Amino acid sequence: MKPAPFAYAKARSVEDAIALLAQHGEGAKLLAGGQSLIATLNMRLSAPRILIDLNGIAGLNSITLKGGEVEIGAMTRHAEIERSDVIRKHAPLIAMAMPHIAHPAIRNRGTIGGSIAFADPAAELPACLLALGGLVEIAGPKGKRTVKADDYFKGLYETAIGACDMLTGIRLPAAPAASRYGFAELSRRHGDYAVAGLAASATFASGKLTKVRLAFFGVDLTPVRAKAAEMALAGGDLDKAVAALASDLDPPDDIQENGAVKKHLAGVLLRRVVQQLTETRA
Amino acid sequence: MKIVADVPSPLTALDRPNSYIGRAVPRPNLARLTQGRAQYVSDVVLPRMAHVAYLRSPYAHARITRIDKTAAEKGKGVIAVVTGAELSKVITPWVGVLSHLKGIKSAPQHAVAVDRACWQGEAVCAVVARTRAEAEDACELIGIDYEELTPVTDPETALDKATPVIHPELGDNLTFERTLDAGEVDKAFRESDAVVEATFVFGRHTGVCNEPRAIVADWNPGEQRLTVYHGTQAPHMMMNLFAKHLGLEEYQVRVLTKDVGGSFGIKVHTYADEMAVVALSKLLKRPVKFVADRIESFVTDIHARDHRVKGKIGVMQDGTITAFEIDDLTGIGPYSVYPRTSGIEANQVVNLTGGPYKCPNYRARARVVFQNKNVMCQYRAVGHPIATGVTEGLVDLAAAKIGMDPAELRRKNLYPDDGYPATGASGIKFEKLSHHASLDKILAMMDYKALRADQAAARKQGIHRGIGFASFIEVTNPSAAFYGVGGARISSQDGATVRLDATGAIFIHSGVTEQGQGAEAVLAQCVASSFGVPIDRVRVITGDTDNVPYGGGTWASRAAGIGGEAAWQAGKALRQNVLAAAASILQAQPEGLDIKDGIVVDKGTDRERITLDEVARICYFRPDTLPPGFQAELMATRHYVPRAWPFAFTNGVQASYLEVDTDTGFVKLLRHWCVEDCGTVINPQLVDEQIRGGIVQGLGGALFENCLYDERGQMLNGNMADYLVPMAMEMPDMEIGHVVTPTADSELGAKGAGEAGTAGAPAAVMNAINDALRPLGAISLTEMPFTPGRILKALGKV
Ligand SMILES: Cc1cc2nc3c(=O)[nH]c(=O)nc-3n(C[C@H](O)[C@H](O)[C@H](O)COP(=O)(O)OP(=O)(O)OC[C@H]3O[C@@H](n4cnc5c(N)ncnc54)[C@H](O)[C@@H]3O)c2cc1C
Repeated sequence: MKPAPFAYAKARSVEDAIALLAQHGEGAKLLAGGQSLIATLNMRLSAPRILIDLNGIAGLNSITLKGGEVEIGAMTRHAEIERSDVIRKHAPLIAMAMPHIAHPAIRNRGTIGGSIAFADPAAELPACLLALGGLVEIAGPKGKRTVKADDYFKGLYETAIGACDMLTGIRLPAAPAASRYGFAELSRRHGDYAVAGLAASATFASGKLTKVRLAFFGVDLTPVRAKAAEMALAGGDLDKAVAALASDLDPPDDIQENGAVKKHLAGVLLRRVVQQLTETRA
Repeated sequence: MKIVADVPSPLTALDRPNSYIGRAVPRPNLARLTQGRAQYVSDVVLPRMAHVAYLRSPYAHARITRIDKTAAEKGKGVIAVVTGAELSKVITPWVGVLSHLKGIKSAPQHAVAVDRACWQGEAVCAVVARTRAEAEDACELIGIDYEELTPVTDPETALDKATPVIHPELGDNLTFERTLDAGEVDKAFRESDAVVEATFVFGRHTGVCNEPRAIVADWNPGEQRLTVYHGTQAPHMMMNLFAKHLGLEEYQVRVLTKDVGGSFGIKVHTYADEMAVVALSKLLKRPVKFVADRIESFVTDIHARDHRVKGKIGVMQDGTITAFEIDDLTGIGPYSVYPRTSGIEANQVVNLTGGPYKCPNYRARARVVFQNKNVMCQYRAVGHPIATGVTEGLVDLAAAKIGMDPAELRRKNLYPDDGYPATGASGIKFEKLSHHASLDKILAMMDYKALRADQAAARKQGIHRGIGFASFIEVTNPSAAFYGVGGARISSQDGATVRLDATGAIFIHSGVTEQGQGAEAVLAQCVASSFGVPIDRVRVITGDTDNVPYGGGTWASRAAGIGGEAAWQAGKALRQNVLAAAASILQAQPEGLDIKDGIVVDKGTDRERITLDEVARICYFRPDTLPPGFQAELMATRHYVPRAWPFAFTNGVQASYLEVDTDTGFVKLLRHWCVEDCGTVINPQLVDEQIRGGIVQGLGGALFENCLYDERGQMLNGNMADYLVPMAMEMPDMEIGHVVTPTADSELGAKGAGEAGTAGAPAAVMNAINDALRPLGAISLTEMPFTPGRILKALGKV
């Protein structure tokens, strides 16, 4: 299919993009890597009047380590993150997730900002953001603000980003020495969105897990924390944690599997990820 | 994927000097295709060409109560907005029945729905505009009202009294029914040591082509001719149908089929939206183009499979199979597809079930019912994966029941290799098959004993692996028995015309078509070998009804076996003609001469006498120097159709080795083997890749592909994200082996190989999964695709 007609504007700066958004309001859409947006346009699932292209804005594709945080600009491509030493060393959970995201051609164009803004419930990066307790930087008509990951996801494809806002970057706590990360997902084919997945961070010392954050994806309308399971794990009881998923999660059926299967798979993922969190490092 | 070289077929009587038969020569179109220089229909641009887009029904069943075109007609770039009623004045409807499928019935189908839409996705109005985008924009401006009707979606209840009848004039929702009762089935079951029953379900799926369906129709009122650029498998068949339904003579229609990006049986049918394109071109007197997009492909390209088969097998304690019984039910959408009908797949299931085994007791019933879903028809390996799935599934269940090794039970019951000709219980006739040689070969290739040991060792570590076999037969090289006898004007014969050009190169015009499978290479190999030129001197021309011999095209694995034989014979005939000319130039005897590597030589000594370009030069430009009365004939035509057998059956066996993650229900394919016997292997690489590609499509059906519908008849996963085609990462290494039993019906001896892979792979995977899970007490899995959820359920985990 062909997209419905739309106008096009190339933003030269974040301010420029915000001004264009303010000017066109609901009828405007920001264009980042286009890997999700263009498909919805071609299927005529959305028909924005104007696309505001973010690809001409300089300085939004940096990965920096600053004050104990890893900052990633919104327009940083998946492929750049995949190859980054800073990410490998200081945000290993993101590095673990990267190979699961789509295929190389898509990773060459897709951006982290687009992924976090789009907030597909089965996507890897939103779950990683939540597991890491990261921050989302948003610019809007009234200036800049920072939203915690726990407050960011609102509903299916709904986030704290308003109609005239733009995500400019994310900040993640740089990995401290005792931190541990686990990541596992089950997808029918390599590169597909997950049937169910789990991104986790924790601290592991003297045989005990603390500060556990479990972010499941593909099992609800947003990535979700499994808080009862987190507590059970901090109490050292894996079986109890798996059982707690029954109250933590209530996965809706989707086209691939029903909720009961997803719930079962979440338990399997939890056992596998806890294994990763607690195994002795080479 | 590892490419495993196999020994090519041993040399035979076909081995003329410098023969190309049995050699993996690259296909002549390779460079063009890989350099992006192909000409697909999508690439065709003609002066004044317009584009059509269709408004499609969002309902599975609905009366159209009002169509308001006013706003759409004013849309930017719009040339015409045409309703079904208007178009029916240009093109007549059709009914997909064949006289040899007794009792089959269907209702008239229109190019664009008139009054009523019968499936979600059926075109209800056409918009022709300067661009496809403008046509789509205008589709959104059409005012249309529907009155929703109750959709019939479940085949199980389609024949119930309470279910509405989709076409009231037909009386019921039964399209076709066939029953068969051979031998003494009841007695055999009574006397069996064990009887096993199971219900097998095969999901609805479709063939996803790289290039979607595409057509450009160009009606030229000046010459009263319609030229159609069409990505089709059967140009002459389409020529006939376009003419018939537009009220033209066949000679007024020319169908051109250049490069086609895959077909798999999808492009051998009449599609309403393509018939609409030729009608629109005639109506508007200008070229009209339609290229299906992915979304409309999923709801309009034919679907296939979707069978529910209750099966039963009887077996003696010594492993002798005593009887088979099946009851097949399939829902085919609201119309039987024209002209091949949607009764053929069920008919094949009846014909093929139990096919590899010498068991005379066989009872079958197949019912084909209408429903309000996209139409179903023939897709690669029509009926084979179902018949093979049921047969091989039952055979494995029987083996488990009596505690016999599944390979052993097969050996005990397969037709003996020296027992031919033979007739199967359903009446199918086998010229000569090689089930035992194939089974022996595959067991050796997979090192069966070592594999069983590996399976046992893994099991001790809690890793559950399974081995599954599937013996199969494949219908290839069909004679007129397939369609011709039923009244369809689908040619079973094919022709080849071969010409020596003025520089000594060879042109071949063939009635079969290239769909990306390498038919051009096979034709070139046959002609180069039988005539005697280097293959790079051969130019292949296909897909032009004005310029190639009348033929059937490409389907049912016939291009090599039938088209190849015609080409082989035409090459031989031209050799005689050219030798006659050379002899008259050289004042020699034609019998003493031969053509080798493009040079006329003395037979026996290979002494060079005259080059082909010299023969051609004299014949074309200085015929005055030839002896009086001699006329050189530098063009020859031959035709071929199998006559001794209705079909050239082939056979083979596949095996799958896989691992089931019993926590997640995910299946990992470890290795796959196939040994098949397509007779003479003309090009081992092409055959192996046909087998591999076919296996991939079979694995797709077993594990991934499924057209999901809700109870309202809405397709839920009609896009490439949700409809899972198999991808390279999930595919196992595939090792292919051959046994060679040529058919005596042709000199070439080649049978087909295009569908063998698809025929056997699903059954092999099913049996391997059950082999892996049986010791865990899992319920046998017999519903494809085997999704993680279904496997977890069989294991009792969800
Ligand atoms: C075949 C295929 C497979 C895929 N598989 C996966 C997968 O397995 N996992 C996965 O996570 N993703 C997958 N993706 C999606 C891919 O990762 C996308 O790149 C990503 O989801 C969106 O990023 P983008 O830069 O392409 O955004 P775009 O498509 O350009 O935009 C997406 C949406 O976000 C909005 N947006 C973009 N940037 C901003 C911003 N800075 N501020 C506010 N709003 C913004 C846009 O307006 C739009 O609504 C797949 C895509 C394809 C085509």
